[in-house]
Amino acid sequence: MVDLVTHASPMARHVLRGRPAALEAAQGALGFALPRQACRAASKGDVHALWLGPDEWLILSGVSDGLAERLEDAMGAHPHALVEVSDRQIGLVISGAEAEAVLSVGCPLDLGLDAFPVGMCTRTVLAKAEIGLWRTGPNTFHLEVWRSFEAYVRQFLAAAAVVPA
Amino acid sequence: MLLITCPHCGPRPELEFTHGGEAHIARPENPAAMNAEDWTEYLYMRANPKGLHAERWRHLHGCARFFNALRDTTTDQFVATYATGQPRPDLKGAGQ
Ligand SMILES: [Zn+2]
Repeated sequence: MVDLVTHASPMARHVLRGRPAALEAAQGALGFALPRQACRAASKGDVHALWLGPDEWLILSGVSDGLAERLEDAMGAHPHALVEVSDRQIGLVISGAEAEAVLSVGCPLDLGLDAFPVGMCTRTVLAKAEIGLWRTGPNTFHLEVWRSFEAYVRQFLAAAAVVPA
Repeated sequence: MLLITCPHCGPRPELEFTHGGEAHIARPENPAAMNAEDWTEYLYMRANPKGLHAERWRHLHGCARFFNALRDTTTDQFVATYATGQPRPDLKGAGQ
């Protein structure tokens, strides 16, 4: 059961914040619209934009793909913040028919498909750790975990996945 | 679990929120011109009502934004939540 948690492939992470003019420019460089609906992600290829707050997104992209430079160029004239957090957190993928039940041991959100559909993402808590939670498939979740919490989160999920005899 | 309705994210579990004290307390425009009594009044004195109380809350483990809430301090019921900068809703008698 423990092996239902794996590392996500390496990726670059940036937190983007800005007002409408900067966001408009950023979308030009991204090639797709930033999701404006609360707690939703949008993707094109291997670039993903996860809504974190009303003016805040987590941008996931391939390592060294130059996206950050293109975003900076596009937004240059407009006040904005584009902060690299690639090494602050790590991506974990939890996948399998039990994924929802195992996460629910420590996450207080309703993770049923009606309440937390594919494409939904949010910061929340898993036991004593803050996580970013993104449902990428009916039985697959991507977790963004601050790296010093990785051992804790993995051990918690491993313990949560043990079915009592 | 108590659910609190974030103006941005909707109803969410209370574990994701932190309390931020009484709402609608404006920082004085010119602190240097104030005497100690008035500054003390601004800094420390709070209404502490029994009943409806306008409070700041932060959806820390969510969208991370501050917002305001009307909460009944006798029942812990959240009567309304509203965005920072909005006036306190007029809900006399609600939540009692
Ligand atoms: Zn929120």
